[in-house]
Amino acid sequence: MTINRRDFLKIAGISAVLGFGEFTAYELLRPGELFAKTPAPPKGTAAAPPQDAGLRALTANRWAMAVDARKFNSPEDVQKCSDACKRTHNVPTFDDARRDVNWLRTATFDQTFPGLTDDRITDALIKKPYAALCNHCGDPPCVRACPTGATFKRKDGIVAMDYHRCIGCRMCMAACPYGARSFNFSDPREHIKEFNREFPTRTKGVVEKCTFCSERLQKGLLPACVEASGGAVTVGDIADPKSEISTLLAANYSIRRRLELGTEPGVYYIIAPDTVNPAENSTPNFDKNSTRNSDGKSRKENVVAPRREERKNSDGKSKKGGK
Amino acid sequence: MYDKTKIIALIVIFLALLFYPVYYNLGKAEERKLGIMPEPSLETPAIQQMKVRQCVKPRQYMRESHMQLLDRWRDLALRDNDREIGVIDGVRYERSLQNTCMHCHSNKREFCDRCHIYSDVRVYCWDCHIAP
Repeated sequence: MTINRRDFLKIAGISAVLGFGEFTAYELLRPGELFAKTPAPPKGTAAAPPQDAGLRALTANRWAMAVDARKFNSPEDVQKCSDACKRTHNVPTFDDARRDVNWLRTATFDQTFPGLTDDRITDALIKKPYAALCNHCGDPPCVRACPTGATFKRKDGIVAMDYHRCIGCRMCMAACPYGARSFNFSDPREHIKEFNREFPTRTKGVVEKCTFCSERLQKGLLPACVEASGGAVTVGDIADPKSEISTLLAANYSIRRRLELGTEPGVYYIIAPDTVNPAENSTPNFDKNSTRNSDGKSRKENVVAPRREERKNSDGKSKKGGK
Repeated sequence: MYDKTKIIALIVIFLALLFYPVYYNLGKAEERKLGIMPEPSLETPAIQQMKVRQCVKPRQYMRESHMQLLDRWRDLALRDNDREIGVIDGVRYERSLQNTCMHCHSNKREFCDRCHIYSDVRVYCWDCHIAP
């Protein structure tokens, strides 16, 4: 479409005349009508009054999550966590998969662990659904990609988002190797059934993702998915060798998503020993002895220690290189 | 001069629009000042129940600098995970627009909007934060 100067000036002039009745003038001439036309505030669970609940904030040096894949056997098991997450954080639901927004989604084995299919993985594991969410990486590529600093790594390892600064460029989505981020292509409020009035929604044009329920941890509550999972998901301080998650990971064999990329993901998927459903394994079970070296030490101990060293180094790098 | 009638008519309309505000307010200076000057309402159930009616900062500071305060709160709460303001009147408050400010000031239209409309300030808080 082309437009000549004369038409342009005409349109501009008419727009200026029509636009003179702005916000303030409108309220002045027709008081009260301006907000009568804006949609009513969304309904939902009423916000609780602020009070001293007597709960202390949960803190950690490095937050991490252990997803016990042995306890997730049907897609409904993961859906339970996903639904709790959506309710807690006003996450919208879209029918169109391309627009769908998810902080925690149900994924297949291939989607969760691409490239691991040729490893010694049992059929039972391949058929299982997995809870895929933000890995809160030790060296998060999304933080490097974000041009505005809207996404950042907190001191306790949580990769957080400041939606006020997000400009919707989606560089972080391109950078994230886990597909953990979703973009709001339209106003999410129209697609939220029930609102949690204690938590904000997002707006059109920002990227959102799992926050590790940092606002709940602050109030001394465990993340919504941990509560909904009924013990299948654990969060804790992985820098503390005595914490629940550290002992859990020391006693069981776990894998992490796309470790070869060096992002140091903080979400561990426990896959063995499969004591929950041993019958489901069509191939021989992971032998408990096979996770031990000849000296009797757990292989886990040998592997975890250097990983922590790497994490320290990568932290140092990101501080120098990032800013 | 081409289109003399059209041009003169439009000039007259333009001038009429331009000076309409002056005409509208003519002789009503005192009345208008009292009538329009926004007076945010502080009468909400939560505030009326308070033993001592106080905000997190003195009234004058809040009136002049609430925007800087909210800006600082945002960074403290989100980036530094420093969400606790302290105890006021026996209640522990967190740094939260939606849960703390709007708990007391549950009358957004009579509190926030009055001044923001008057001064033509368009805030985008409520695009995400749920208004009470």
